[in-house]
Amino acid sequence: MSNSVKMILILTLIACISGGVLSLVYMISSPLIEANMLDEQRKSIFLVVPGAESYEEKMKEDITYFECKDTSGSTVGIALPVQGNGYQGVIKLMVGLTPDLSRITGIKVLEQVETPGLGGRISEDKFQDQFKDVSTKPAVEYVKNQEPEKDTEIRAVTGATISSRSVVAIINKNIQRLSSVL
Amino acid sequence: MAKIDRGDTNAKRRGFIEFAKGFWKENPILVMLLGLCPTLAVTTSAINGLTMGLAVVFVLTGSSLIISVIRNIVPKQVRIPTFIVIIATFVTMVDLFLKAFFLDLSKALGPFIPLIVVNCIILGRAEAFASKNKVWFSLLDALGVSFGFTVTLVVLGGIRELLGMRTFFGMNVLGEGFEPWIVMLLPPGAFITLGFMLGAKNLIDIRMKERKRG
Repeated sequence: MSNSVKMILILTLIACISGGVLSLVYMISSPLIEANMLDEQRKSIFLVVPGAESYEEKMKEDITYFECKDTSGSTVGIALPVQGNGYQGVIKLMVGLTPDLSRITGIKVLEQVETPGLGGRISEDKFQDQFKDVSTKPAVEYVKNQEPEKDTEIRAVTGATISSRSVVAIINKNIQRLSSVL
Repeated sequence: MAKIDRGDTNAKRRGFIEFAKGFWKENPILVMLLGLCPTLAVTTSAINGLTMGLAVVFVLTGSSLIISVIRNIVPKQVRIPTFIVIIATFVTMVDLFLKAFFLDLSKALGPFIPLIVVNCIILGRAEAFASKNKVWFSLLDALGVSFGFTVTLVVLGGIRELLGMRTFFGMNVLGEGFEPWIVMLLPPGAFITLGFMLGAKNLIDIRMKERKRG
């Protein structure tokens, strides 16, 4: 057998085996991965909209949101998945709102690649909990190095103004977009 | 009889040497200075270092094993593409596994798991060792180097996490009185810590040599 035929045969064989093994692993793991993603979405929705027992995915124009209902079937809030640019990369959030969009019921940072120890602290409960009951009218604002006074204000993470500002900006922009189509 | 015995003990000794060299004498980070991108980027905490290390253990052991098994049938002109296909297969398996079972860790490590494909430790071991040695020694070599990598990453990540966030594996160790050194979590912290570790390793080596000399 000439060497070039051998080269082709061996490489083809190895590529086929590797493809076969990978499709097997993918078949086993993909339902788990999908379940993980869905589970994460479900958990974050129930976290940001207290009292929600079920939710329904809805779409208005190009905005996807989740309408949350309690056991009696009345709408208790809206969960809005949003994303935008942070300091170093994309920040993804789930924002919980009252049905009339006037107040935030909670937020959850789903994904972020901010600086660990600085901007990364937007994922800490201490920062996220501040958004509970914050008024969105006219817009959410942030303050630095002092306690928030107005009910539209939250306190930025010390040393991470850009990340905190990004979260606030993402929330404001998307609430406005949603309220313009609802 | 005596001959076989000597062969056995030699093989055992050699096996131990191939395994142990990865931890100190030929440590992939501290001596070979390979795989520095993931080393510097992911070690913001001990758990990230451990996960990255274990992913490399799996990829390196698996690929070294297979490369060593097929070393005599792969024509040498196509050995690099062959190695890459095998390594990429194992890396994709790890990536899917982490996404399926440890989503948070998978997110924390981000692109650095897929990037193990081009990690020079893996290809380096395949080229320099597994493609030239018997399966058993290749396996020991891969285990030694990858666990040496893991231990080094955990130490590096542990130091940075401890000084940067006051915690170790998420447990609060230093308490509220210690002001965290944020710089340790930033890229400079990685370079500084690695520099001190390299220095410490060389210092210990020099001291040992001096003591041996008497």
